Amino acid sequence: MEQRLKSEDTKLSYQKRKVYSAWLLLLPMLVVLLIVAIWPLCYTFFYAFTDASLSTLTNYSFIGFDNFLVQDNGCWYGLVADPLWWYSVWNTIVFAIGSVVIEILLGTIIALVMHTKFIGCSLFRAAMLIPWAIPTVVSAKIWNWMLHDQFGVIDYILVKLQLIANPISWLADHNLTMLTVILVDSWKTAPFVAMLVLAALQMLPNDCYEAAKVDGVHPIKVFFGITLPLIRPALIVAVLFRLIEALRIFDVVYIMTGSAESTMTMSVYARQNLVNFQDLGYGSAASTMLFIVIFFIIAPCLAIMRVDVMKEVH
Amino acid sequence: MTIYHNSLTVKIGLFMIVSVLLVVFLFPFYYALITSFKSGSSIFEVSFFPEKLTLENYIAVFEEQPFGKNFLNSLTISIASGLISLLFGMTAALPLGRFRFKGQRLILLAVLIISMFPQVAVLSGMFELIRALGLFNNWLGLVLCYLIFTLPFTVWVLTTFIRNLPVEVEEAAILDGANPWVLLTKIFFPMMRPAIITTSLLVFVVAWNEFLFAMTFTLSNHQRTLPVAIALISGGSQFEVPWGKIMAASAIVTVPMIALVLIFQRQIVSGLTTGAVKG
Repeated sequence: MEQRLKSEDTKLSYQKRKVYSAWLLLLPMLVVLLIVAIWPLCYTFFYAFTDASLSTLTNYSFIGFDNFLVQDNGCWYGLVADPLWWYSVWNTIVFAIGSVVIEILLGTIIALVMHTKFIGCSLFRAAMLIPWAIPTVVSAKIWNWMLHDQFGVIDYILVKLQLIANPISWLADHNLTMLTVILVDSWKTAPFVAMLVLAALQMLPNDCYEAAKVDGVHPIKVFFGITLPLIRPALIVAVLFRLIEALRIFDVVYIMTGSAESTMTMSVYARQNLVNFQDLGYGSAASTMLFIVIFFIIAPCLAIMRVDVMKEVH
Repeated sequence: MTIYHNSLTVKIGLFMIVSVLLVVFLFPFYYALITSFKSGSSIFEVSFFPEKLTLENYIAVFEEQPFGKNFLNSLTISIASGLISLLFGMTAALPLGRFRFKGQRLILLAVLIISMFPQVAVLSGMFELIRALGLFNNWLGLVLCYLIFTLPFTVWVLTTFIRNLPVEVEEAAILDGANPWVLLTKIFFPMMRPAIITTSLLVFVVAWNEFLFAMTFTLSNHQRTLPVAIALISGGSQFEVPWGKIMAASAIVTVPMIALVLIFQRQIVSGLTTGAVKG
């Protein structure tokens, strides 16, 4: 009896020691994340309610919700009353939906090709990774050059093939810029989606396919009847993941079209106010709104993923 | 899908799809390379094969701005943020992946949420932080703020990996009286080599490509990283964009990345899938 109690005791103290060391091991990460993530985020929230300016950082006062909405002389001012803000919200939504749809379709096609065995398929996979690996700045610049309205090679090819009569100004025509940016972003990130889908394809059971082959089912029917339902979870994860990235998009848009209104996204809007107009308070208000918008989309996503995560932990 | 490629038509179809994809995804790099070797007015004439190669643009890139220094900056910053996130990520991944304690779920969830922060949302706070630490226009400031996305990613991938390691080795070590630190350094480090290689690669790529923080928190040409330096290459006026120079700079940045992808293809793919699918 005494023996057993003693072993219980050491077991308990080992458990205690383990919890203690768990927190000790976590401490460095927690401190770093507190400094570089939580603290800056709180500061952004805080600035959103001030009239701080980038040039006079220390000299500011609280103005309540004035950055968001304020009435002055019968006119409404602030973020909520700014049509450009709502236009950038709209642009962001258009960009997110457009790019995610194209990326998922293109990514699935690439993944299906990658999943096939042919001579040089390993080189093909590596080649598909290159657009993902290079800086967005570089790919955006290359596309800017290829889509140049006077000397661009894309217009040159399209005219030579007689698909269009006159060169198109992809980056200047307000009706086209958003489409251009969406296509370039899809070009860069479809390979990434392809990787996710490929991972799912490689885990599919082989026997369904053998049965389908024996029954002589048409490959296209096999894809929609067997493959697609089986890789659906991976596709959903890819959609969520890409959606979050697309909603905070900045570099492609900024490099390709600057702060042009026709493609201005929420991130570009916030940065323009923060840095170009030096309006720290107003820019922070826009950033806060962006965070809230993304958070409302992240929250349900997380709920879905969480189930998965926690199943693994316990 | 590996079953259906016996017939000739399927083979031809596959060949065509592969060719189209290769052209769409690789032609831009090829065209950038050709442009980078052109000079003068020949840049503005479309051609698909190099005619007269000149290194003029490459020389100009290094002579007219501190491009070599920018390259070094990018390299230092990417390696430093990779090392720091590996160190802290590793220590955090052990308890998160192996132990059971109160608050574990909450921390995992927080790490996930932080990895989804929009960069702009922390921009003003980060600016305040960098300014307070006196790290504005300093590469250390960039290393610090890159941790906001490199650290959560590292923690997540390593935690997933540790969780999938066999328990037996660990139990044996505990029976022998190993404490958590010994467990981490003697048992888990050696087993985690593949995960460490994968994570460092991905963190390197992400830090190497980052643009917004680098542009906002550096001022002088000498402190800039490669993406910012390329974004800011400009000519005498708005109408004289030096495309040859920009393409030469792009080629210089792209070549090491192509090498990296070719050598570490397998590791990169496995890292991308754990990092994204589970997080």
